Amino acid sequence: MPPALCAVCKTERALIKRPKNHQKLCKGCFIEIFEDEVHHTITSSQLFSRGERVAIGASGGKDSTVLASVLKTLNERHDYGVDLVLLSIDEGIKGYRDDSLETVKRNATQYDMELKIVGYDELYGWTMDQVVETIGKKGNCTYCGVFRRQALDRGAKMLGIKHVVTGHNADDVAETVLMNLLRGDLPRLSRSTSIVTGSDASEVKRSKPLKYAYEKEIVLYAHHKKLDYFTTECIYSPEAFRGSARSLVKNLERVRPSAILDVVRSGEDMARLVPGATPDACGCKGKAPPPPQSAADDENVGGCGSSNGRTVGGDMAAMEKQLRANEAAEAAGLETKVSVSRTEAQRPNSQKQQPEQQKTTGTRLPIITKQTLGNCEKCGYLTSQKLCQACMLLDGLNKNRPQITI
Amino acid sequence: MSATKETTTQEPETPKVSIVVEFSGGLEMLFSDQRRHSLSIPATDKEGKAVTISYLIDYLCNRTMKDARKELFVLDDHVRPGILVLINDADWELEGEEAYELQNGDNILFVSTLHGG
Ligand SMILES: [Zn+2]
Ligand SMILES: [Zn+2]
Repeated sequence: MPPALCAVCKTERALIKRPKNHQKLCKGCFIEIFEDEVHHTITSSQLFSRGERVAIGASGGKDSTVLASVLKTLNERHDYGVDLVLLSIDEGIKGYRDDSLETVKRNATQYDMELKIVGYDELYGWTMDQVVETIGKKGNCTYCGVFRRQALDRGAKMLGIKHVVTGHNADDVAETVLMNLLRGDLPRLSRSTSIVTGSDASEVKRSKPLKYAYEKEIVLYAHHKKLDYFTTECIYSPEAFRGSARSLVKNLERVRPSAILDVVRSGEDMARLVPGATPDACGCKGKAPPPPQSAADDENVGGCGSSNGRTVGGDMAAMEKQLRANEAAEAAGLETKVSVSRTEAQRPNSQKQQPEQQKTTGTRLPIITKQTLGNCEKCGYLTSQKLCQACMLLDGLNKNRPQITI
Repeated sequence: MSATKETTTQEPETPKVSIVVEFSGGLEMLFSDQRRHSLSIPATDKEGKAVTISYLIDYLCNRTMKDARKELFVLDDHVRPGILVLINDADWELEGEEAYELQNGDNILFVSTLHGG
């Protein structure tokens, strides 16, 4: 067939077919439109204010690399007047971060941005390697995800930065919407669709400027702009690949590409019905930007391998319940429950559950319409429990730390 | 109209197409950690039809891929959802997807979107 021409400039050969509207675009027009749309998201939600320091959660992966590149471009083109800093987390997995941190270091040079790398050991007193030594390989992605979620906030705090942007894309949001919908967790559904979370007083504000960007277009943007990004599977997480909600999203896209944004929009619409929630839609409908949702530490916690919450997100609820019930949680035993397999976690007879707990677990999926958020008794992080998830996990870990004999 | 010199002798050699196949976004891990593969594959299939992307995918699974985890590349006989295919830098959806007939010198890129961000 003869090569199709770009629908916009009508001169160049079309290389991209947009998932959301099937528009055929050449490379140049695609890059321009992609950037324009992110700019639209930023301005209509009033994400940035002049003079603000903004940390980009940078993993060296495609999403955060595209985010850094696009934000640099837009900051210069539209004069946002923000000071962009790359913030990377080192989980302390020997060998694993070496290449991705090298990528981030190159990005820092390429984009002329300051780079700050914060280690789990600095923040929690444990590297992931030490965690794995203690609890084994299964389930450690949960630790990694919980620690990572706070790591960006804590790292930002250390730097005196009050705004962290992450590379969460439309596929990520769609996945979270579907998972929260499947478990009937409306508060979290509401939070997960919100473009801005956090920001009350001293808290760190978080936002996702790529919220409406298809993962496919992010990858294509990185490809056509020849961005320098890094991919690896977390070596502790072979199953990160097979997240079922993720597959569902990708299969939906295969059948009907616009489905991803449709799910995001539906999520926003449903979130609007949740009492007390004020979620956003794209602010261009002429409304003032919505007040930010509070950021509890259970939002969109992901597995490893990226700064993005992915796949194992909502498992936290199930796990949190068990943690509370099992208190000290026999951290070694935890690994059987916090694994990626969420069906395991919800099955009443999954091993190690106390009989009294079966009642709640068996009839799970309570519809909670509001949640009281407070501060973690140990670290002050915003949470709906007495202790935040990181501190709960650390509790268990510290009890299992190999005793040093003097 | 008389000079038909070439077509006489070369029957037994099956004609080939030379293409470059690239893997990125983490897929290279399934292909011996090698990003770029220069391949010379038969120009026609068993039925004598010009080979397509569909043929190539089979070929890659059976001949090129050493990793046993075929399902990370192909699912139900199709490229796994979440893997992008670019034919000479163009989205394969613009080129007929699996039915696209391979030409000499083509560059076929498989990019996974499934790995960390
Ligand atoms: Zn164009
Ligand atoms: Zn805490």
